[in-house]
Amino acid sequence: MSKEEIDKEVKELLKQAIAPARDTELRRDLWPQLLARVAEQPEPLYKVPWFDWALAVILSAVLIFFPGSIPALLYHL
Amino acid sequence: MELLERFAAGDLEAFEVLFRQHQREVYAWIVRIVRDTGIAEDLTVETFWRIYKYRARFKPDGNFRAWARRIATNAALDHLRHARRETALPENLPCAASPDSAVRREERDRIRTAFYELPAKYRLVATLALVEEETYNDIARAVGISKSLVKVRVFRAVRMLRKKLDSLCVEVSVK
Repeated sequence: MSKEEIDKEVKELLKQAIAPARDTELRRDLWPQLLARVAEQPEPLYKVPWFDWALAVILSAVLIFFPGSIPALLYHL
Repeated sequence: MELLERFAAGDLEAFEVLFRQHQREVYAWIVRIVRDTGIAEDLTVETFWRIYKYRARFKPDGNFRAWARRIATNAALDHLRHARRETALPENLPCAASPDSAVRREERDRIRTAFYELPAKYRLVATLALVEEETYNDIARAVGISKSLVKVRVFRAVRMLRKKLDSLCVEVSVK
């Protein structure tokens, strides 16, 4: 049996073992749960994205470990 | 102001309207991936929480349905990644009818075990493509990858499953 035929049979076996989900109807309203979540985790007024923090850390490290780069940085500003 | 504009501006009432319009569809999509109704409810809440949290990134002229589905898929994928080793196989998984009893119960259990051991990203596309028979285009849009990458992942998932079935002594021959 070729690999392609075996793959086809694996797919068939999978279909026989796991049927499509039949019970996909939502039975209750999830809004109260979501509202509680929204109230529970208020967002900060101003949020700094993680990559901005990462950039700040990298820049600080460069300035601390390579102080010679400060004039070059100032020149390019 | 339009509903989507109000939502993007942080209007909670607009968000509630959108939630009520889309919660059933999002839930149905997630339950097809995680195959557990309780977890799907939690992930639906998680999805809409993320939608609310990242509302500023949504362009009001964009497709909310597609955006919500993408976030739902990511939430489900996160769940599959983290719950893989901790969660036992769901007991209430539906079993497909096998009229000629070719695939016995034990064999089906082994196939499921092998399938649930697949890496999350492969299991996700394989579930949607092979079990739920969603189109490659829909899967690609939901996962945020190309259609050809979906095909590659399905192919690899099948190959991985075949190897696992070999190691579990499941004979690959459909009667």
